[in-house]
Amino acid sequence: MPVTPKVKVQTEDFDVRAESGLLTSGRKDVGALVSFTGLCRDEAGTLSALELEHYPGMAEGELTRIAEQAIERWPLTGLTVIHRHGKIPPGDNIVLVIAASSHRRAAFEAADFLMDYLKTRAPFWKKEHLAEGGTGTWVDAKTGDDKDAARWT
Amino acid sequence: MNIRYFAWVREKVGLEEETIELPSNVKTVSDLIAHLKDLDDYHASAFEEEDAIRVALDQEHVEPDTELGTAREVAFFPPMTGG
Repeated sequence: MPVTPKVKVQTEDFDVRAESGLLTSGRKDVGALVSFTGLCRDEAGTLSALELEHYPGMAEGELTRIAEQAIERWPLTGLTVIHRHGKIPPGDNIVLVIAASSHRRAAFEAADFLMDYLKTRAPFWKKEHLAEGGTGTWVDAKTGDDKDAARWT
Repeated sequence: MNIRYFAWVREKVGLEEETIELPSNVKTVSDLIAHLKDLDDYHASAFEEEDAIRVALDQEHVEPDTELGTAREVAFFPPMTGG
């Protein structure tokens, strides 16, 4: 039976351990669990927070489409994607991807793919809040992210 | 048609969303951008660098040459920076 991904877009924090547990508890077929957590950096002390804007509805829809592509491509036993929005201070979590599979290669690759596609296709935008006060600029998209995503085509 | 703006496109236009009656010569996303640019200076400045704008029709990514067809909602935004 095909796996249904768990996709959430939320303001509140997530618990990596609890989310990992949901993908393994009561199962004996999971041999590999790869999790990626993206956190807010302070950019050498210059940032007080990142404000994450999103497109409600499309954010969930696009993350689900990307997750379903990963499920089609790799033999996963479970997949969780959680992306936060709102104002996030340095040190706090922004995004979580957990891929579970019987073997490690599928779990590693699916998590990597998920993040590359999420970065270039999921409708979220970061605005900087500066440590010295006031808002800075919108974070620019990196051309490297497009190259990373192109690795999978 | 309902039009939504996000991030710096939203700030430049000065609106989160608006409803626009489409002229009959507006068939594609590119036509719509050209029409919006002519509305006022705010729209003109938001769409100044047209290549930097991404588009979604009914919440799915599309290219500028896509026909608007029966879509109810179009959204304009910068390249995405989540994750």
